[in-house]
Amino acid sequence: MSVQIKANGDMIGRAVPRIDGRLKVTGAACYPSDVVLDDTAHAFLVMSTIARGRISALDLTEAQAVDGVIDILTYENTKGKVHKVRFFALGGYTSTSIVPLDTRKIWHDGQIIAMVVAETFEAAREAAYMIRVDYMERRAVSGLDGRKPQPRAAAGFLSSEPGVGDPETAYQEADVKIDAYYSTPAQHHNAIELYATTCAWSGDQLTVYESSQYVYGLKNGVAKQLGIRPERVRAVSPFVGGAFGSKAAITPRTALVAIAAKRLGRPVKLVATRQQGFTVSSYRAETQHHIKLGADRSGRLTSLSHEGWEISSRADDYKVAGTDTTSLLYACPNVATHVNIVHADRSTPGFMRSPAEVPYMFALESAMDELAVKLRMDPVELRRLNDTQIDPINQKPFSSRSLIACYDRAAAAFGWAKRNPEPGSMQDRDWLIGWGCATACYPTNIGPAEVRVTLAPNGKARVRTAGHDLGTGAYTAIALTAAEFLGIPLEDVNVELGDSSLPPAPVAGGSNATASICNAVAHACEDIRERLARAASHEGALRGVDPAVIRLREGMLVGADKSEPLKSALLRIGFGPVEGHAKYTPEVASVPIKLLGHTLLSKGIPVLTVGTSAGNHVQYAFGAEFVEVRVHKRTREIRVPRLVGAFAAGRIVSPITARSQLLGALIWGVASALHEETEIDERVARYVNKDLADYMIPVSADIRDVEVILVPEEDNKVNALGIKGVGELGNVGTNAAIANAVYHATGRRIRNLPIRMEDLL
Amino acid sequence: MRPFSYERAHDLASAIRAASHQADAPLHAPIQFLAGGTTLLDLMKIDVMRPDRVIDINPLEKTFSEITVTPMGLRLGALARMSAVAHHPAVEREYPVVSQALKLGASAQLRNMASLGGNVLQRTRCSYFRDTSWHECNKRDPGSGCAALQGLNRKHAILGTSEHCIATYPGDFAQALIALDAAVEIAGAKGNREVPFRTLHKLPGDTPHIETSLATGEIIVSFHIPAGAYARRSLYLKVRDRESYEFASASAAVALDLADGVVREARIALGGVATIPWRAVEAEDVLKGTMLDEVRARVAAEAAFAGARTFGGNDFKPELGRRTLVRALLEAAALEIR
Ligand SMILES: Cc1cc2nc3c(=O)[nH]c(=O)nc-3n(C[C@H](O)[C@H](O)[C@H](O)COP(=O)(O)OP(=O)(O)OC[C@H]3O[C@@H](n4cnc5c(N)ncnc54)[C@H](O)[C@@H]3O)c2cc1C
Ligand code: SF4
Repeated sequence: MSVQIKANGDMIGRAVPRIDGRLKVTGAACYPSDVVLDDTAHAFLVMSTIARGRISALDLTEAQAVDGVIDILTYENTKGKVHKVRFFALGGYTSTSIVPLDTRKIWHDGQIIAMVVAETFEAAREAAYMIRVDYMERRAVSGLDGRKPQPRAAAGFLSSEPGVGDPETAYQEADVKIDAYYSTPAQHHNAIELYATTCAWSGDQLTVYESSQYVYGLKNGVAKQLGIRPERVRAVSPFVGGAFGSKAAITPRTALVAIAAKRLGRPVKLVATRQQGFTVSSYRAETQHHIKLGADRSGRLTSLSHEGWEISSRADDYKVAGTDTTSLLYACPNVATHVNIVHADRSTPGFMRSPAEVPYMFALESAMDELAVKLRMDPVELRRLNDTQIDPINQKPFSSRSLIACYDRAAAAFGWAKRNPEPGSMQDRDWLIGWGCATACYPTNIGPAEVRVTLAPNGKARVRTAGHDLGTGAYTAIALTAAEFLGIPLEDVNVELGDSSLPPAPVAGGSNATASICNAVAHACEDIRERLARAASHEGALRGVDPAVIRLREGMLVGADKSEPLKSALLRIGFGPVEGHAKYTPEVASVPIKLLGHTLLSKGIPVLTVGTSAGNHVQYAFGAEFVEVRVHKRTREIRVPRLVGAFAAGRIVSPITARSQLLGALIWGVASALHEETEIDERVARYVNKDLADYMIPVSADIRDVEVILVPEEDNKVNALGIKGVGELGNVGTNAAIANAVYHATGRRIRNLPIRMEDLL
Repeated sequence: MRPFSYERAHDLASAIRAASHQADAPLHAPIQFLAGGTTLLDLMKIDVMRPDRVIDINPLEKTFSEITVTPMGLRLGALARMSAVAHHPAVEREYPVVSQALKLGASAQLRNMASLGGNVLQRTRCSYFRDTSWHECNKRDPGSGCAALQGLNRKHAILGTSEHCIATYPGDFAQALIALDAAVEIAGAKGNREVPFRTLHKLPGDTPHIETSLATGEIIVSFHIPAGAYARRSLYLKVRDRESYEFASASAAVALDLADGVVREARIALGGVATIPWRAVEAEDVLKGTMLDEVRARVAAEAAFAGARTFGGNDFKPELGRRTLVRALLEAAALEIR
């Protein structure tokens, strides 16, 4: 279908508050964890307390005696019930290849080893505490020691390893060199909504209420785990209380809840505790980096090498390999990259907001700052000098790249010109002030999506697709798009998402949803417009007008200076609602995706075209972030009173919710630099700080001024509507900007996150 | 959480009687008093505390939550809420260290619930203590060992530790009490007794599970802070990883009686660094009769931490603690007292 999809009304880009806001603040929005069905039994998980070994004995006697206990699932009665389903990163569905309750084997701390089901949550929890487990424990390895460089000999695993030229020779010959190691810690998503699942069977039809970023993945994956046909499963998740990647692949818990519900013949609900959440789903594993930069005296990069080490479980080869991005960020003729996976006795890591870019850009953007210092050059000027419109690896143009415009806008808003570059030179009474900056970037990903739009004779529209609103503003962006193309008021659009009985939409991951779904919505609306226009060109006020020029505007059909009310046009083609249907395939998709994309989509398998696979160009969104840190000159507390980010991400469909995304991302960036760290007791490969009191994130008092600037950018290559994603752009680079500012404040270069006061004493 | 029975106390005597006959140390006892519940319920939910009976003492609130300011000093009922005391105008004016220590603790919601009595009895934040899947914890399970000694111990104490436990006393308010020589009034089966607050908490030694000198069934009814020339020139400095809602990495409660820059009397207590509310008498002695300046403050801080022992993760704490004390002393000296 090749139609002229062009936004020309004034809905797309209109600053409206999120349309589901009222539901949320009044508590009327029903999150999957709010679901309580009649006669529900409650489940509680029991997790392993060792990281490696075997269960030698499991004593359920006391637990079974607890009043109200109905059933206890263990490997003894559940073995073989959950089918092994492929790991999501290999084109499957699951967050881990470990099959739950299948053997006595323990792969990691916090592995599910039993699930108690009882009449009440309290009884289930009490019984869970009474299960006695004996282990045969073996020595476990937690992985990278975040503070020490890893030897290259670490268990290797090749990534795509982008590279060009002869970086080693260029490095030897460079005038100015940087050679440094960086590290980032393990981090957990810790969405406020816990991992909750309710399963209910009606005959052989299963309904799963579970907070999800991918209801089609959930439906198809659980069906495979249970060995039933996907048509038998419906996944429901209309609202999601935060996900950040942790609710994309299916976790081991869901099949267990489904099995328990089947055995009991009644609905079963599980809400994993905050502590259990640390191993129920995935996490961002710790990373390490070795960066070498070479530059000539003017600051032009001549050599860049970036080697990364990442942790994965023994069960899976998960990696984020952010070198795909760091290798093409700056104009550098000689680039080498390498990524190593180190397997350890840990659960399998997975996506966490900007999975690849957050750790890898921390390393590169810190190194760039170090280079600027060595060159005695302003770090903004260093970026300007090394900016490029051509990807240095593949020599393809960027579809659009407004990095320098972002730097200029953010620098002006921040007042960067007043910065004294000398470390420690800026003070306010007892506080040392540091200003730092870094680049943000994120690939523009997009996938096939299917949408149905109906327009009723009363002028009201329904948009239906199995997309997801993770709190991102998807409902609002989609409604604005439909209002735009149908020419009706926003209030007249009703959007239904988060249900696998709706037409399939892609995983809400990789910041693709707005681009994928809004383009599909536009096509579905175009389907409606076309039909109304064709009919209108035969009779009525628009008779004789070329249907191609007829538009839907402000409740009217308009064309060639003539117009007709939408309602009469609708009545002309029937008494019921008119339906538009679109199976949108991204313009930039490869041939296999064009052929198979929708088939895979309906099977819940993600098929995204990513930043570097878009054919003739590479597609990325960019931003520039500036921060002010204050470090107390005696006691060394580190605070971030001011953040400014300027971002260019193509067409912004919903500016208020986009701004919220970027604002939240900048705040997360503060957390990632100064607060978040999952602490691991290396003696036993176990997590220690598994709650929100010990797993630190900033509180309101930590966040003062945050300014988000949306830099206008037009990109007609990425997709018809020119949309890039903003969901994951904003928290890339923030951690480096803060580390760079800490250096400016104190003269100390901290290369291991999080930065804590003890690093500066 | 495990099943327990809940009852409301009708009067002090019956509450004491109900709880008096148990054998265990009060903090492990099968009968627990419930005040704000912000420590107790939290620890019950994570299975660290497992009382059979919970006796709600909030019905006694009317009698035991009074805040009385007299020329002799300040009397605070044990059931007064943290927020009520923190924002009491006379407390803010006459005993700033008390008000600040309370305001800088926990969060607004917690302060509205939490009582002073519960506050001083709050339990350590040691992660190994709070997670029963760790077997080694002498405080939770006497004789089982201490996972923190060679584990993750960034938050742990450097003063008052023993080879059996290095858990930090986490609270803030107790530092103000101990610095100002407060007394605590305790009601028990044999009547009321008033003892120096500094005798309430016990060093871990080889019995880290015995945290206080309270006998079973005893109830804290009030705190008494004597007036002193130093009370007005006092402050609480809390150094922590984030701006609010976080325990101290190091803190100092400081009260000074100054005459022309010369220290007539100094009162110093340290938080975030010790196993119990910690009075830094050595530092006080260093300061007495001297001109308080940067150098002198540093000498006092050296004295305060002379006995510090570190365990790896908390190696930075002596220096952080010294700097915190120096900063607190200099800031207190610079206060303008009307
Ligand atoms: C997330 C979080 C953060 C926190 N941050 C801080 C902080 O930064 N600084 C800080 O100081 N505190 C902090 N706290 C601790 C908080 O201040 C205490 O939990 C609170 O003060 C306890 O008071 P309560 O009345 O709720 O005690 P409860 O939980 O009701 O009781 C605690 C214990 O004391 C016993 N008890 C209570 N009252 C009496 C009495 N009158 N006589 C004898 N026994 C009694 C109970 O039986 C129980 O064993 C924090 C707590 C949480 C949960
Ligand atoms: S420091 Fe004390 S509370 Fe912590 S593990 Fe050791 S004994 Fe238990």
